[in-house]
This record gives sequence, C-alpha cells and structure tokens, in this order.
Amino acid sequence: MKLFRLLTARRSAPLARERLQILLTHERGTTGSSGLIAMLREDILRVIAKHVEVAPEKVEVRVEHGDEVAVLAIDVEIPEAAARAATPRRGGWAA
Amino acid sequence: MAEVIVVTSGKGGVGKTTSTAALGAALAQTGQSVVVVDFDVGLRNLDLVMGAERRVVYDLINVANGEVRLQQALIRDKRIETLYLLAASQTRDKDALSEDGVRRCIGELQGKFDWVICDSPAGIERGATLAMRYADLAVVVTNPEVSSVRDSDRIIGLLDSKTMKAAKGERMEKLLLLTRYDKVRAGRGDMLNIDDVLEILSIPLLGIIPESEEVLRASNIGAPVTIANPQSAAARAYADAARRLNGESVPMTVPSNRQTLLNRLFGRRAA
Repeated sequence: MKLFRLLTARRSAPLARERLQILLTHERGTTGSSGLIAMLREDILRVIAKHVEVAPEKVEVRVEHGDEVAVLAIDVEIPEAAARAATPRRGGWAA
Repeated sequence: MAEVIVVTSGKGGVGKTTSTAALGAALAQTGQSVVVVDFDVGLRNLDLVMGAERRVVYDLINVANGEVRLQQALIRDKRIETLYLLAASQTRDKDALSEDGVRRCIGELQGKFDWVICDSPAGIERGATLAMRYADLAVVVTNPEVSSVRDSDRIIGLLDSKTMKAAKGERMEKLLLLTRYDKVRAGRGDMLNIDDVLEILSIPLLGIIPESEEVLRASNIGAPVTIANPQSAAARAYADAARRLNGESVPMTVPSNRQTLLNRLFGRRAA
C-alpha cells in the first residue's frame, strides 16, 4: 500500500514553488517597496474609471529598467465596446 | 554599541519567539551581553518561553513612556548571567507604544548590551513596523510553506521601506532563518526545499532549523531550546546561526536527530 502511494503520489512542492513565483511577481508590482507604483496604479485606475469601466486587475503598471533609462510601462485592458466608442470614426458625418 | 536585530516574519506561529529566545541564549552563552525585547504588546509570550513569566514587574511600555528606569524593567536570566529580557505589556495595546519612546529605549539598550534582539509581533501593522524601525539587521523567520513564504516576501518589502535604515537610504540587511524544515519531506518533493525558498525570497541564508520535538519540550519547561537541550538538532542549528551572526563562517548543514538502530526499530526518536 505504501509502495503504491509512493509510486502514484504527485510531488506537491514544485506546484507550491510555481504558484508562489507567479503570485509574488504580481504582488511585488502592486505593493512594491517604494509604494510609487502602487500609488500610480491607484491614480491611473481612478482617472480611467471616470470615463471607462475597467477591472482593477486589468491595469498593470511596472518599471522596466533599461541600460540607460527606466521606462514606466502602463498596460490597460479595456472592454471592446469602450474601445470602439473611443476610436474616432473615419469619414465623419458624410459617410 | 550593540547590533540591533529584529526577528520578524509577517505570519504568526512560524517561530519568531522561539528563535528570538534560542538565538539570544546562544549569543549570551559566548559571554556577550544580550537583551531580548518582546514587542508583542498585549500578546506577550517571550517571557513564558524564557521561563520568566512570574518575574515581570515592569515592561517595554513603562520604559518607553519614561515611567520607570530601564534597570527596573530588565529581567536577568537565571541560567545565563549575560542574558536579559525586557517583556512586553500584557494589559496595554500596541497604540500605547510611541515611536519616540521606542527610539529612546532602543538607544539606551544599545549602550548597555552587545546585542539587542527584538521579537516582532505577527502582522504588518504598527507593532511590527515599530519592532523593525530601529534595527540594523533583520532575521526573517520562514517556514517552507506557501503562506509563510508569501508573508515573508511582504515583510522584506516593508523592511526596505519602513525602517530607519531605508529612510536614510542605506541598505537594510536581511537574513533568512528557515524553520520547521523537514529534510526527508523536502527530499521527497513534498515540501519546498531550501533552494526554492532562497530563490523566491532572494535574501542570504542565516540558518536552517529542522522540525524538532525538542522545541515544544523547551517551551513547556520555559527554557530557550539552546539551553534546554543543547545537543538536540534544533539547538545545534540555532547555535550555528548565532555563530554566523557573530561573524564566524560555519558550513551550512541541516543538523539531524541522531537515530540509533534500536531507536529506529522501536520507532522512537533520540534527542
């Protein structure tokens, strides 16, 4: 019975490790040590929410460090309908 | 001038108080003067683990608020004469502790001892941030388990932002103390292993404390495990960690419980 269990048991530690790595990469971004990213994210979310309904988890703010400059990258995923409404129609009224 | 250490973790029950007592006793056993300070106001337990629960008259709050002199509140250990305890208050709450009071108290302790070891409360609120505020070095106590690792990661973030060192733009030194480690289960892939935790948290390792029945036995009798049973695997691991704090280079091993064939046969564990 014990041998059977040994043979069939799935190792759980690799899964724990993987889950932690994914989770912490995300959490470090939102509760980062400087707090700057968290604050920016809050403000950006608030500004966008005034005009478009957006889920908090769809707003990603991160700092990408290059060789000479750091880039503040902001990714916001908005609903397709809102995106269509936001895109100016070509051709105007005449079309 | 003392080195001020905070023993912290975020998560409760991972072994902060056990580790504070064991490291404090191990450092004091080398003849250096050590004070262990309980910051867990309202839920004090370091006094109990140290076996001094009936000798607490004044506490950290009394000293921080200037109500008594430090000498009146310090409790000298009955086994090691260079080891002292400053207990937390059991009746007040954490708001009774002021940042200014803590600064003055730590400052005074630094002048009197070689080591000041602050036992942080669990959580990330005021009590925990005050315990880490004036520390030179943090010992992050972590169990090889997902919730403990996640909370340690959070605490590392706080150590880099909420301490005086961080405020002054200096680097806060952080060391990992992996507790309740089970070499056999980690080897089988049923428990996060040392490399997993080190890779995720990416801070240097201070020591690996094996899961041991001796830890509970030591707290039952009110003695740091390094005093209660110095030969036990956990005590030897704490003693090694204390030597590393002291600047010695000690090979990183996981001490194991010595098992004789007879003990194995009868399913008993030797100390």
